[in-house]
Parts: sequence; C-alpha cells; structure tokens
Amino acid sequence: MTATTAHDEHHHEQPTGLKRWLYTTNHKEIGTLYLFFSLAMFFIGGAMALVIRAELFVPGLQVVNPEFFNQMTTMHALVMIFGAVMPAFVGLANWMVPLMVGAPDMALPRMNNWSFWILPFAFLILLSTLFMPSGAPASGWTLYPPLSLQGGNSFAFVIFAIHLMGISSIMGAINIIATILNMRAPGMTLLRMPLFVWTWLITAFLLIAGMPVLAGAVTMLLTDRFFGTSFFDAAGGGDPVMYQHIFWFFGHPEVYIMILPAFGIVSEIIPTFSRKPLFGYTSMVYATASIAFLSFIVWAHHMFTVGMPLGGALFFMYATMVIAVPTGIKVFNWVATMWRGSMTFETPMLFALGFVILFTIGGLSGVMLAIVPADFQYHDTYFVVAHFHYVLVTGAIFAIMAAAYYWIPKWTGYMYDERLGKIHFWCSTISVNVLFFPQHYLGLAGMPRRIPDYGVQFAEFNMISSIGGFAFGFSQLIFLWIVIKCVRGGEKATDQVWEGARGLEWTVPSPAPLHTFDTPPIVDDRVAAHSESLNAESRP
Amino acid sequence: DNMRPGVTPFSQSVYEVHMFVLIIVSIIGVLVFAAMFTSMILHRKSRGAEAAQFSHSTKAEVIWTVIPILILIVMAVPATIVLIEMEDTSGAEMNIKVTGYQWLWRYEYLEDELDFYSALDRDSNYARQKGSTLSPYEVDNYLLEVDNRVVLPTDTRIRFLLTADDVIHSWWVPDLGWKRDAIPGMINEAWTEITEPGIYRGQCAELCGKDHGFMPIVIEAVLPEEYRAWVAGMKQDSIASESEVERLWSRDELMAHGETIYQAQCATCHQIDGSGMQPAFPALANSEVVTGEIEAHIDLVMNGRDGTAMAAFGQRLQPQDIAAALTYTRNSFGNATGDMIQPAQIDHLQQATASPIESEGGLASVEASAP
Amino acid sequence: MAQGTYYVPHTAKWPIVGSVGLFVLVSGFAKWMNGSDLGPWMAIAGAAIVITMLFGWFAEVIKESESGLYSNQVDASFRQGMIWFIFSEVMFFAAFFGALFYARIFAVPWLGGEGTGVMTNELLYPGYLAVWPTNGPENIGGDFQTIGAFELPMINTLILLLSGATITMAHVALKKLKRNALVFWMIATVALGALFLGLQMYEYVHAYRDLGLTLGSGIYGSTFFMLTGFHGLHVTVGSIMLIVITLRCVKGHFEPKNHFAFEAVAWYWHFVDVVWLVLFVFVYVL
Ligand code: HEA
Ligand code: HEA
Ligand code: CUA
Ligand SMILES: [Cu+2]
Repeated sequence: MTATTAHDEHHHEQPTGLKRWLYTTNHKEIGTLYLFFSLAMFFIGGAMALVIRAELFVPGLQVVNPEFFNQMTTMHALVMIFGAVMPAFVGLANWMVPLMVGAPDMALPRMNNWSFWILPFAFLILLSTLFMPSGAPASGWTLYPPLSLQGGNSFAFVIFAIHLMGISSIMGAINIIATILNMRAPGMTLLRMPLFVWTWLITAFLLIAGMPVLAGAVTMLLTDRFFGTSFFDAAGGGDPVMYQHIFWFFGHPEVYIMILPAFGIVSEIIPTFSRKPLFGYTSMVYATASIAFLSFIVWAHHMFTVGMPLGGALFFMYATMVIAVPTGIKVFNWVATMWRGSMTFETPMLFALGFVILFTIGGLSGVMLAIVPADFQYHDTYFVVAHFHYVLVTGAIFAIMAAAYYWIPKWTGYMYDERLGKIHFWCSTISVNVLFFPQHYLGLAGMPRRIPDYGVQFAEFNMISSIGGFAFGFSQLIFLWIVIKCVRGGEKATDQVWEGARGLEWTVPSPAPLHTFDTPPIVDDRVAAHSESLNAESRP
Repeated sequence: DNMRPGVTPFSQSVYEVHMFVLIIVSIIGVLVFAAMFTSMILHRKSRGAEAAQFSHSTKAEVIWTVIPILILIVMAVPATIVLIEMEDTSGAEMNIKVTGYQWLWRYEYLEDELDFYSALDRDSNYARQKGSTLSPYEVDNYLLEVDNRVVLPTDTRIRFLLTADDVIHSWWVPDLGWKRDAIPGMINEAWTEITEPGIYRGQCAELCGKDHGFMPIVIEAVLPEEYRAWVAGMKQDSIASESEVERLWSRDELMAHGETIYQAQCATCHQIDGSGMQPAFPALANSEVVTGEIEAHIDLVMNGRDGTAMAAFGQRLQPQDIAAALTYTRNSFGNATGDMIQPAQIDHLQQATASPIESEGGLASVEASAP
Repeated sequence: MAQGTYYVPHTAKWPIVGSVGLFVLVSGFAKWMNGSDLGPWMAIAGAAIVITMLFGWFAEVIKESESGLYSNQVDASFRQGMIWFIFSEVMFFAAFFGALFYARIFAVPWLGGEGTGVMTNELLYPGYLAVWPTNGPENIGGDFQTIGAFELPMINTLILLLSGATITMAHVALKKLKRNALVFWMIATVALGALFLGLQMYEYVHAYRDLGLTLGSGIYGSTFFMLTGFHGLHVTVGSIMLIVITLRCVKGHFEPKNHFAFEAVAWYWHFVDVVWLVLFVFVYVL
C-alpha cells in the first residue's frame, strides 16, 4: 500500500523514504505501520510457539532445556498479545475509524505517531532479553511473584518494556475515544456508527482503565525486587496472591480488549455478505457495553485454586457465567443476520463464519472453566490452553484475518487473490482444529500447562497437536504471500468493492487517498452503515 | 480422554458436574451450529436466495436472552452445592502439612510425627535429561514416580495444610478431584477421604521454575491397619539414621553416598559432571565456593542463596546426605581439596537452626485447633 | 460537529525523539538496577532527551495555538485527551490504593489468624497479631513509628487545598482578563506547591532518620512510601507545568474565551489535590 498512497495527487510535498514513516501524522500511514508491525510480531511469536510445539512433539527433552522452554512460553504470549493482536486492532482502528465516521484524520495526529513509534522500541527491549546472559523472562506471561522475582538481569528490562507498551496503548486509546466522540461528520449520530466503531470506543475505555493497573502491578514487582518493599511477601505483611488480584483486574478486561474489536469486525462483514442489515444493532451495542462492564468484576476466575473464601468464589463464578448472556446475544444476532439473507462466501465471510463457530466453542469451554469445582480440575491444564487459543487464535486472529481481506482492497486499490484466500482459509481452519482441539483432551486427561516434558500417556495427542501447529504455522505463509501480492498489484478494486457493503468507507475511492473527508460529508440514512430508521424499530 | 471420576466422594461429584456442564454446552453448540449451517445452505445467493430486510424482532431477542439465563441457573445450582461441600475442611481425623520446594515436596504427618521429602524418581530423572540415552518409554510411570510415596489410610478424613518454601506451587492429584496452590508464607487447607486403596499420581500444577514439570506427587492409599504398619516402619528407619548420624563415616562411604545424593539432588542444575549451566547454574568444577573454605561452602548448601534457584538444603536433607554431598563435590570434577565432612558436624548446625515450623509450638497448637 | 477543516500537522518530528528518549531512559534505569555504572548516565541522558522533546513539542503547539490555527474542534480534542489522560492516572493510583486496602482488609488479618488464615497463623506465625500499621510477622525492616496525621500531613492538606483555591482565583482573574491578579495567583499556587514538596521532603528525612520508617518497613512502609512518593512525583510535575503556564501568563498568552492549556493544568492540579485527600484519609488518618 506504500506504493499507492505515495503517488497520491492532491497533496502538498511530503518527506519521503524512512523520514516519511518516522514523521507521519497520517492515520492511514500510521495504520499501515501498525499492521505491518503486528504481522512481523505474529510471525516471531508464532515461531516461538513452534519451538514449544517442537519440544512437545514427543516425550523427553530433545530441542530445548526446561529453562528456555519457559522463556519461550512467556515470550510467545507477551509477543502475541501485546505485539500481534493489540497493535493489529489499533492499526485497523487507525485506518478505518476516521473513514467510518467521516473524519479527516485522528483527533490527535502527533500523539498518534508517538503511540506507534514507542512500540518498536518496547519490543526491541523485550526481545533483546532473549540474548541476555540470564535469558528472557521465564515465569509465564502472568509474571507471578515470587517466581518472577527470581528472574535475572532481564527482569528490569521486561518490566520497563511493559511500561512502554502500556503508555503506547493508553495514548492510542485516548486518541480513538477523542476521534469517535469529537470528529464524527455531521449526521453521524452515535446510533448510526458502524459497530466496529462502537466496539472500539468501548475497548478504548477498557484500555484506559486496565493498562495503568498493569503498570502499577509490575511497578510493585520492580520495587519488591530492587527496593525492598514487601507487597508480595507474607513475611512483611504482604501476600503473593495480592499480585494475582491486581494483575487479573487488568488481565480479564485485557482478554476482552482482544475480542470486542473482533466482534465489531464480524458485525461489519456478516451483513455485507448476507446482503442484509445487521440484526439487532442496538442490542449489539448494549451487549458490548455490558460485557465491558462485567469484565471488571470477574477477574478472580483465574484464581479459583488460590484458596479464596467461599463467598468470593461463588460471586466470581456467577459473575463470570453471566457474561455468557450478552455474548450469546451477539452470536444469536449474527446467526439471525445470516438467516434469510442472500449469502456469498468470499474469504472475509469465510473467516467471519469460522470465527463465529470456533469462538463459540472457545466461549463454551470458558463457561465450563467458570464452574469453580470443575475448575479445581481444569485449572492450569491444557484444557485452559485449548480454551484461550480457541478464543484468541480462532477468535481474535481469525477476525483480524477477516478484516484484512475485507478492507485490503480499500487500502491497496487491488483485489487480493480470491483463490489463494480460500486456500488459506481452509488450510488454517482445518489445521488450527488439529492443533488445539486435542488439547482439550490432554487437559482433561491431566496434563498441566507450562511443562516441557510429559508422561507417555499424553504422547499421541501432543504429537497430533504439534503436527497441527506446524501446519497452521506454515499456512500463515500463504497469507503473507497474499498480502505482498495484493500490495504489488492485481485486479483493480471498485470503490464499493463488495456488492452488499454499506457505510462511509465505501464511498471514498479505492485506494483511499492519503487525505479523505477534508471537508466533512453530510451523513444520512442512505450512506450510513446503520440507518436510524432501522435502529428505531430495534430499540427494545 | 475424559476427566477421571477419581476415588473420593468429592472427585465423584466434580466429575458429575463436569459431565453435566459438558453435555449442556455441547447441546448448545450443536443447536447454534445447526442453525448456522441450515442458513448457510438454504440462504446462499447461488441458490437465488433473495435477501429479506428485517433487522429486528424483540420477541426473538427476549427469548435468546432469557433461555441462556435459565440454562446458566441450572448449571450454577449443582456447582454451588458441590463447592460448599468442598470448602468445609472441619472434622479432620488426620493432618498433613505439605510444603512445596523447587522442585520437590515435603510431607509432615502432624499427628504421626513423620517428616520426609518426595522427589522425582531416579529413572525418570535420568531419562528426562536432554540427549539422555534412556527413552521415556523404557521408564515405567515416566515423570509420575517419586522416591518416597505419600502413604495414606483409606476411609479417613484427611486435611492437607499446603504451603511453600520458595515460590508458588500447586498440589494436584486428579483422582482426589481438586488442586490447591501451595503459597509461600500462607497455608491453604483442603481435605480428602479416599475410598479405594490404590496408587494415585499427580503433578505440580503451578509454574514454579525450570523443573516445574518434574515434581510429581504419588499417593499410595492403603487400609488403615497397613498404614499404621507403614508408620511404625518409618519410625524404625529414622532411629536407624540417628545412629548413622552419630558414627564416624569413612571417606569411601561418604564419596559413594555423596554421589547418589548429588545425582538425585544437585545434578539437575549443576549437571552430572559438575559443569553447571551458565549463567543461572554455576559450575562446581573448581568453583571458589566448592574449593574454598569449608564453612562458607556448608553455609551456602544449608541456607541457599537468595534470589537464585540455589535452595536451602539445611532442613531438607539428612545430615549424612549433606555431609556426603559436600565431601563428594569437594573431591570430584577435578576438585581435590581432600576435605571430609562428617554427618555429626551438619547435625550440629541443623539443631542450631531448626525452624519454628517443626518446633513443638507448631505441633502443639495444631492439636489445640483440631475440633 | 466538524465546522470547516480540522488542523492536521503534516509531519511531527518530536514523537520519534520522545520514543528514543524513553528507550534510553528505561534501558538506563534497567542497567542501573542491575548495577551497571553506565546505567545512571544513560538514564540521565534519556531524561534529558525526553524533557527536550516535551519543551520542543509544546513550544510547537503553543506557537500554532497562538497563531490561531486551532478550531474549537481541535480544542475539544485536546480536552478529551486531557480528561482521559487524568483518568488513566486515577487508575494507576487505584492499583496502589487497591494494594493498601487488600493488605489491610485481607492479607494482614489472615496472617493474624482471621478467616481462612487460622492455620497460617498457628503453623507459620504463632503469636503474630494483626494490627495496623505492621511490617509483617517477621518484622521486616525493623521496628518503626508512623507519622501522626494531625501534624505535618494536616498542614500539607491545608496547603494543597489552599493552592486549589488560589488556582481558581487565577482562573477567575484570567476570565476577567486581570493580568496582574492572574500572575499573582499563579505565583501563589506555585509557591504553595513548592512549600508542600519541601515539607514532604522534610517528612521523609524525619521518617528515615528518626522514626526508622523506610520503604523497606514491611507492607506499611511499602504502601506509605509508594503512595505518597508517586503523589509527590505528580505534584512535582504539576508544579513544573504551573511554572510554564505562569510564564506564559506573564508573556500575555491566553484569552478569556480560549485558554485550554491553563485549564488542563488546573484540572491536573485539582486531580493531584483529590488524590492527596484520599491519601490523607486512608494512609495517615485511618
Ligand atoms: C479473547 C480472549 C478471551 C475470551 C473472549 C474469553 C472468554 C471467556 N473466558 Fe477465558 N481466558 C482467556 C481468554 C479469553 N477468555 C485467556 C488468555 C485465559 C488464560 C490466561 C492464563 O492463565 O494465561 C482465559 C482463562 C479463563 C478462565 C480461567 C481458567 C483457569 O485458569 O483455571 C476462565 C474461568 O472462568 C475463563 C472463562 C471465560 C468465559 C466464561 C468467557 C466468556 O466470555 C465466553 C462467553 C461466550 C460463550 C458462552 C459462547 C457464546 C454464547 C452462547 C452460544 C449463548 C449460550 C451459552 C450458554 C448459555 C452457556 N477464561
Ligand atoms: C493472541 C495470542 C496467541 C496466539 C495467536 C497464539 C498462537 C499459538 N499458540 Fe499460544 N499462547 C498464548 C497466546 C497465543 N498463542 C498465551 C497467552 C499463552 C499462555 C502463556 C503462558 O502460559 O504464560 C500461550 C501458550 C501456548 C502454549 C502452552 C505453552 C505451555 O503451557 O508451556 C502452546 C502450546 O502448544 C501454544 C501454542 C500456540 C500455537 C501453536 C499457536 C499458533 O497459532 C501460532 C501460529 C504460528 C505461526 C504464525 C508461525 C509462523 C511462522 C513460521 C511459519 C515459521 C517462519 C518463522 C518466521 C518467519 C519468524 N501457546
Ligand atoms: Cu512446583 Cu510447579
Ligand atoms: Cu478471564
């Protein structure tokens, strides 16, 4: 997409080359930066996952030492969550939110540039720990003390890297909120906003409320390690479990930060390819809001085995189960949107449908995990690993893929290779289930997570899972190729791109010129993604 | 493989709850997917489907808000009942204090005053080494066998008091139906009542560092009378080892015993040949400490080094074990200090620094608390 | 909503400077903590870069603002930005208050044998009584005394409240365009802020030297110094921002209708003020 936007006519002189990317304040260029960064991190984090799967291919230690294995587990998660998924969503927001609400750019363009350019440095620090004598952090991405405090020289670097990531996402979130609340074109009322915009607005609040708490938690780790505080040391009146409470107060909202924008994406794609308005728009908005609210009162479902008082366990169990209701509403609304539509199955639609089905599987296993007595068995086994990969990989990642296919014609001005796209979808979907479904059985059979080696009774399923892992991993190279091919050129895309597409972003040319909506468009029911006349009925 | 029903009343009910919920969510899944596929098949453009334009139906939305709520309530009820039953740790006939260490378990039978450590068995430990010649398949119960099993009486209400010495561990035997975190500086309570004699295996379930995957738990549940016999036997052995501590050991004895201890306790980090794993696990071959003055060396081994994985073996091993291991390391891997450390020396130091945990106060107060 | 066109700077070179600065700064800190001699110098260098960036960046924004490039909409965006930034700060403090409450309501009582802590107390800490303040069953950091709420802290509270009033006076003066009054009240506010910091310093020295109360004094010392410390840090930042604003007032910046920078700093100052009140109640009084 670099190539195309650069040759944009109506525009004042621009720094070129590296400078252009370092100094840019343009939401489209910054969005592009985010997306490429995220793709790179996805491959790095994935490569680490493949190291994990390689070691777990057969019992016994062949590839790595236990210590390094734990480093891989930890780094894999940190890179995937903070490097792949979150930046991908922010990149999509950068590209699409201004286009969808009819704004000339993000509200705070300079800060937008800063939000992105902090990230590469943060990950430079994080990844550099791999090469330090003491090695990378090895206490799991949750960094529980006292174990995390045993980390060597890399410890302080990791903490500060997390601080930087936090600063970056907070500024990104502030920018998105300001853009949505303050930059909408005349007539773009809140209830005309596309759901992707709605879900991101709510996600941004989660980020602003959550990230600072994470910063606080890791800061306490830092002082416990270097400045003699006793936050997490019972001898001094603290409690190691206190860290877990603070961490998960951030951690659970964090997982919804990684899924709400995905809900938004799917809510854009399914109507387009069903050629039918989204079912229950307003209830979708309320559902998203209630999920966000609930996400702050369920954190301890990650800690059922720390020995919390009965009342606490019950409260967190019930609160967690309730989340199934608003999420269910979403799933059912998507199904209802498809119902009696006129569907076609281009790659974005395929990934969206894959998302709905596989995410639901992950969600249902989540509800099982919420059942406290059962979680006494499930906790810290591969059952949990299976759960969160269904919601993260076939959830978040599939949605990001869908979004990439859906909008890439708008970004590059060219259609991607549909045939390859379908191949990519089928390879991914089949292999990802080979990869993660057996992990349910492993967990139930009693295989703990975060172990580099296992009893021989777990051998078969681990081998299957590893094969699936490599298959899925290499399937992603197809995606890489499709993107490169599409940026280079191909069949020209129309402005409308998809027959059933509605909304402002489809009214601008493909590729979207560097500057859109310099003078705000007037939005009415005809151009809006969701006409209020429809919403009107849909108010309960 | 599905979850195992287990061998305690609690594990049974957990299994039932699990199956109940599993079936419900499976049904939900099937229904949702069925609806999707029907729609995908019937309402595709290629079959000339015309898009309807409805975008809302309050009735439908109310239905699929209310029904899930009801389903959730149905699931919550049994869950709540089982949980309440589990949380009641009163009426214990027997208390066992379990302490997690990096990377083994310590068991203190508070009433029967037994106290021993339980670590990964030798064969597994050998086979698990990277590039080991022994294949996991040749070891029976690979990674799920220990040197000293936890022998428990059946049909007895046993309360476990779980804690840890260094980092958080989690004590998990699937057949008992639960896991509980062992947290340093805190004590967690959980109970069980095993109904069938047998051998039940589990693992540490909270990441606790490099050998988290290698600190299994093996329970041997026997009839109460057999249990009493076992206790008696253990008492004999400890008396025997008393005299072992008293007497003077010969160099060869120390070196021989030292090698065994070294391979069981130290080799995972410092390696069989004492070469260590830089930088986290220093080499013992001509290291300052090992070739330096004895006192410092003894102190390090007995009290560990903070902020590193070097644990305090002082209270963890028998005096003769520590003495032998010290002697062995000071005279192997090219270290030739010629020193000899006698068990009695170590025993002396141990008495000096006995931690309050096993002091009479601790035990006494437990009796007091037992309802 | 959007009237006319929205001002979008074409390029920004300060952000990348800021990123490099942060990178050097935190790497420096990390090295420092690992005991490298290079660390402190890197940290200082990094801090210098960040500060230069801040001044350069704001200078640019001020120039643009004074040359009237900004529409009301840009102003609104800035407001949004500041509001949510302050909110994120609130959440940061929330984490530490959360730690304080958790320790006082759960952790310490459990160690003392209440609720689920019965066996913890009997087996691990026989005889330990749960009282606040505490440095834990093992008397980490040695015996210490605490600082009475109604001595210096009380005075500090009054000082901050007063400074809240003076900055409001300044705002009023600005609205009425009474420049001299404006500058006077600003200087008063800055002075009060500085006084507060001075007294905090004194209190810390007193705590370390005479009371044996340190960052290492168990959970009490941890929560006490982290909360008051981070608050003090924010007061420092706030005071610096106040000084900048004061200078701008002297230069004759701001009009009655359009003076967002002033308000932003005022909001920030009130936020710091409120944090202190909560802190005074839960850290000193209770
Ligand atoms: C995108 C990320 C994401 C999402 C969306 C979720 C969604 C949910 N998660 Fe998950 N979770 C994680 C990421 C996520 N999780 C991660 C990363 C971990 C592990 C962290 C770590 O330890 O490293 C974790 C761990 C985790 C645990 C802790 C397990 C343990 O460690 O012991 C629990 C326990 O309650 C849980 C529950 C849930 C629930 C109830 C949902 C719900 O939101 C799901 C709701 C969805 C549905 C229920 C399906 C659709 C609904 C219907 C079809 C309606 C009808 C359904 C019913 C009536 C049941 N999750
Ligand atoms: C969004 C987050 C995300 C994503 C996308 C993934 C993706 C994957 N994860 Fe995940 N994983 C987590 C989040 C995620 N994971 C978290 C939070 C944990 C918990 C960590 C902890 O316990 O602390 C975890 C833990 C975890 C474990 C458990 C480790 C343990 O407990 O010890 C395993 C094991 O199988 C695993 C496997 C995988 C695999 C195979 C993929 C695959 O989807 C990856 C796909 C593969 C690729 C994309 C590879 C592409 C690369 C190539 C084809 C090779 C060429 C290489 C280059 C060009 C560099 N992960
Ligand atoms: Cu002990 Cu994991
Ligand atoms: Cu959660």
